[in-house]
Amino acid sequence: MRRRILPGFGLSLGYALAYLGLVVLLPLAALAWKASAIGPGQLLHLLAAPRTLAALKLSFGGALLAALADGAIGLLVGWVLVRYRFPGRRLLDALVDLPFALPTAVAGIALTALYAPNGWLGRWLEPHGLKIAYAPAGVLVAMVFVGFPFVVRTLQPVLESLESDVEEAATTLGATRAQTFLRVIAPVLLPTLLTGFALALARAVGEYGSVIFIAGNLPMKSEIAPLLIVQQLEEFDYTGAAALGTAMLLVSLLLLLAVTLLQRWSRRWAEVRA
Amino acid sequence: MTIELARLSRRFAGFAALDEVNLAIAPGEFVALLGPSGSGKTTLLRILAGLDYPDAGTVTQDGRDLLAVDARARKVGLVFQHYALFRHLTVTENVAFGLRVRPRRVRPSRAEIAARVDKLLRRVQLDGLGDRYPSQLSGGQRQRVALARALAVEPDLLLLDEPFGALDAQVRVALRRWLRHLHEELGLTTVFVTHDQEEALELADRVVVMNRGRIEQVGTPEAIYQQPATPFVCEFIGKANRLTLRRRNGALYAGPLRLDADPWPAPQEGAALAYVRPEHLALSATALEDGWPARLRHVYLSGSIAHLELEVEALGQVLEAEMGGEEAQRRGLHPGMTLTVQPRALTAFPLDPASGEPEAAARRTLRPHYGQATVARWR
Amino acid sequence: MSAAAAPRGARRWRSRAARAGLVLAALGFMALFLLLPLAAVFAEALRQGARAFLAAIAQPEAGAAIRLTLLVAAIAVPLNLVFGVAAAWAMTRFEFPGKALLGALIDLPFSVSPVIAGLVYVLLFGAQGWFGPWLAAHGLQVIFAVPGLVLATVFVTLPFVARELIPLMQAQGGEEEEAARTLGANGWQMFFRVTLPNIRWALLYGVLLCNARAMGEFGAVSVVSGHIRGLTTTMPLEVEMRYNEYDYVGAFAVASLLALLALVTLAAKSLLEWRYGHEIAARATGARR
Repeated sequence: MRRRILPGFGLSLGYALAYLGLVVLLPLAALAWKASAIGPGQLLHLLAAPRTLAALKLSFGGALLAALADGAIGLLVGWVLVRYRFPGRRLLDALVDLPFALPTAVAGIALTALYAPNGWLGRWLEPHGLKIAYAPAGVLVAMVFVGFPFVVRTLQPVLESLESDVEEAATTLGATRAQTFLRVIAPVLLPTLLTGFALALARAVGEYGSVIFIAGNLPMKSEIAPLLIVQQLEEFDYTGAAALGTAMLLVSLLLLLAVTLLQRWSRRWAEVRA
Repeated sequence: MTIELARLSRRFAGFAALDEVNLAIAPGEFVALLGPSGSGKTTLLRILAGLDYPDAGTVTQDGRDLLAVDARARKVGLVFQHYALFRHLTVTENVAFGLRVRPRRVRPSRAEIAARVDKLLRRVQLDGLGDRYPSQLSGGQRQRVALARALAVEPDLLLLDEPFGALDAQVRVALRRWLRHLHEELGLTTVFVTHDQEEALELADRVVVMNRGRIEQVGTPEAIYQQPATPFVCEFIGKANRLTLRRRNGALYAGPLRLDADPWPAPQEGAALAYVRPEHLALSATALEDGWPARLRHVYLSGSIAHLELEVEALGQVLEAEMGGEEAQRRGLHPGMTLTVQPRALTAFPLDPASGEPEAAARRTLRPHYGQATVARWR
Repeated sequence: MSAAAAPRGARRWRSRAARAGLVLAALGFMALFLLLPLAAVFAEALRQGARAFLAAIAQPEAGAAIRLTLLVAAIAVPLNLVFGVAAAWAMTRFEFPGKALLGALIDLPFSVSPVIAGLVYVLLFGAQGWFGPWLAAHGLQVIFAVPGLVLATVFVTLPFVARELIPLMQAQGGEEEEAARTLGANGWQMFFRVTLPNIRWALLYGVLLCNARAMGEFGAVSVVSGHIRGLTTTMPLEVEMRYNEYDYVGAFAVASLLALLALVTLAAKSLLEWRYGHEIAARATGARR
C-alpha cells in the first residue's frame, strides 16, 4: 500500500461512497429486487400490454424526434452564439439555460397556455388544423423545449475551440464554403453533436413535468411512459410500476453509456489538436 | 545533518523512475541533480520533500528515518517548478502561510510574523510588492516569492525543482548568481533539479548526473567535465566526438592512427569506445604521419569560440573541433583546406566482447604521445 | 479589374445575407420558444389584475408550499454540497481503481427519469417496500411525508456540485495543496486556507444550480408527496394542484414566483460566469444537468 501524499483520501472517498450507496444505489437495488421478483416472462408480458406499449412508443419515438429537432436547432443557435457578434448576444446566451432553470411544471403550464386552442399561438394554429396542446404534437413541443440547451451547451466549447485558421487553411487550399463545412468542420463537430443529441434524448425520454400538462394524457394516444408509472403507483400496482420503471432505467443506462463512449471519442480530436 | 539515501527505488507503471540510488548530502552543500527528462531527478527531489515515497530503500538524516516523517513535519523548503503560489493570497500572505498554520503554542506573534516576512521580502528584493497577488508579478518575481515562502519556515533543507526553468534567459543568469550568494549567506543545505548542465556546473558544489533512474556520476563540476565516468556523462555533459577504437596486439588504434598501448587486461583483441572533446583536438596545417588527415568543411564563429567541422576520411566521420575565434582568424583557417588532426586527451571504455556494451568501470583517460611528430605549436 | 470586383462584391453580400439569415432564425426560435412561454407565465398570472394575483399568493396553502420548498432545499442543498466536495477531492487528488465507475455513478441521477427517482424510494420506504413494515412498526413515515420529499430531491440534485468541482479541481491540480503541506499545514488548514478559496466560485455556481433544481423539482417529489395540501405540497406541486382545479390565476401566480427564481438564478449564473469565468471553468465542462 503506497502512502498518499495529500490527506483525506479515506474520509472523502468513504463518505462519497457511503452517500452514493445510500442515496442512489440502495434505492436502485430496491427497484432491481422488485423487478427480479417479477421474473422475465411476466416482465415482458406486462410491458407488452397495449397501453404500456403505446406509452413506451410515444416516449421513445417522441424523444427521438425531439432530440433530432434539438440537434438541428442547437447547432444553429450554438453556431450563431459562438461565431457572430450582434447586440443582445450575451442575453441570448444566458437565455439558453432557461429550460434548465425553469421548473418543469411551470414550463408545462406555460406551454399549455400558449398552445391551447384559445392560447396566444393555439388560436392561430388551430384553424389550420394544427392541434398541438392535448395531442401527441404537444408532447413533442415540450420535449424539444427541455432538451434544447443540452445540444447548445455541449457544442459551444467545441465550436469555440475550432480555430478559424483551420478554415482559412481549407480556403487557401481551394475548398468552397460548403466543402470546408462538410470536410473540415463537420467531422470535428459530429461526435459532440451526437453527445448533445444523446443527452437531449435521455432527458426527453424521462421527462414528466413539462409534458403531462400539454399532452392531454389520452390513453393509447398521448400518454407517456413516466405518467403511466405514476398512475400505476396511484393504483398501488407496484409490480407494473416496477416493470415499466426497470425497462426505462435500462434504456437510461444504455444512453449514459453511449454518452460516455461518445465523449471519449470526441476527446480524440482534442488530443490531436493539443 | 547529513542526509543519506540508500538503495532507493521507485517504479511508476512500467518504468523505473529510481533504480537503487545511493547518495549522501553533506551539511551546507549545494547539490545539483542533473539529467534529461525522465531520468528520475524530480522523483528524487519529491521523495526528499515527502511528496512521494520509494518502493524500497531508506532516507535518513543523521541516522533518523526521514520516510517516517510526513511532508508537514520534515522542515523542508520546496520551491515548485511552477511555484505553486497560492493564487488567492497576496505576496505577504503567501510568505507568512507556513508561520500562520503552526499550532498556537509554537506560532510566532502577529508582529513577529510581520517582521519576519518583511525581512524575507527585503532579502529576496521584493519589498514594496507585499500587497500584490501572484498574477500581478513577473516570472522572476514569482520565483522569488516562492523562495521566500519556502525560507520562511526556516527549513533544514532547501529543495528547488527546475528553479529557473520557466524564466527568460537574461533573468535566469541574474537569478542564478543571486541564488548562489543567498545559499552562501544562509548556510543552508540546498538541492536543486535541473536539465541545464550550464546551470548545474556553474552553481553547484557537487553535481549528481542521473539517467534512467540511476546515478551515472557524482562529483565536482570540474570532475564531471574533465573525468566523465560513463559514456552517458561523456555525451550529456559538454560536447564530445565519439570514436570507435580497435584493440590489436597490445595497442589501441583509431583508424590507422596508433594512440597508445592497450591499457586493459586480456583479451587484447576487440573494440573500445572513446570520446574526445572538441578542444582536445590539435590541428596542424602541415601533413604529419601521426594524425588524421582531414578536410575543413566549415568554420562557425559563435562569440569568442570558433567551431570547426572536420571531415576525416580515415575514420569515415566528421569531427568537431574548437579554438579561440581570434586564433582561428590569425591562422587563416578557411573551408576546403587540409589539416592534420591529433587527439590529445580521450576518455575510453572497452566494449564487452560478449554483450558489445561499454564497460564504465574500466574507463581510462588516454593522453597519447606522438613522438617527434607531435603538433607542438601551430606552424 | 472591375469585372473581377463585381462577383467578389456579390459574394460578400451573399455571405452577409446568409449570416443575417442565420442570426434571425436563431433569434426567432429563441423568442418563440423561450421568451414567449416565460411571458405567458406572467401574463396569465396577472390576467385578472394585480389584486387577484396578490390574493392568490396570500392564500395560506401558498405560504405553506413556499415554506416547505425552502425547507427541502435547505436540507438537500447542503447535503449535496458536502458530498460534492468530498467526491471531487477523492476523484481529483488520488488514483484508485474504479474511479471511472465512480464518475459515472455520480452522473447517474441526471440520466434517470425523475419519476423513477421517486419510484425507487416508494419501493424502498413505501407501505409495501423493503423498509415499509419496519417504518410502520416504529411509527415513522417517509413516503407521503417530508423525509420522502427531501430524499427524492437529494437524488435528482446529487450531481450538481460535484460536476462543477471535478473538472475545475482536475485542471488546478494538487500542487498548491502539496506546497501547503510542505509548509506545515495540517489537513483542515490546507482545506480551508488553500482548497476552499480556490474553488469558492465554482462551489457557489454549483450550489446555485443545485438550489434551482431542488426548489423546482416536480416529477420525483410528485411521486413521493401524496399531495397533502399544506403538508406535503411544494411550490411546483401547488402549481399542479391549482391548475388541475382550474384555478389558473392561482396556478400561474405561484408559477410566476418560480419563474422569478429561475430568472434570478440565470442572472446570478451569468454574473458568475462573466466575473469569475476562469475560476469556474464553466464553459469547459460542456452541458450541465
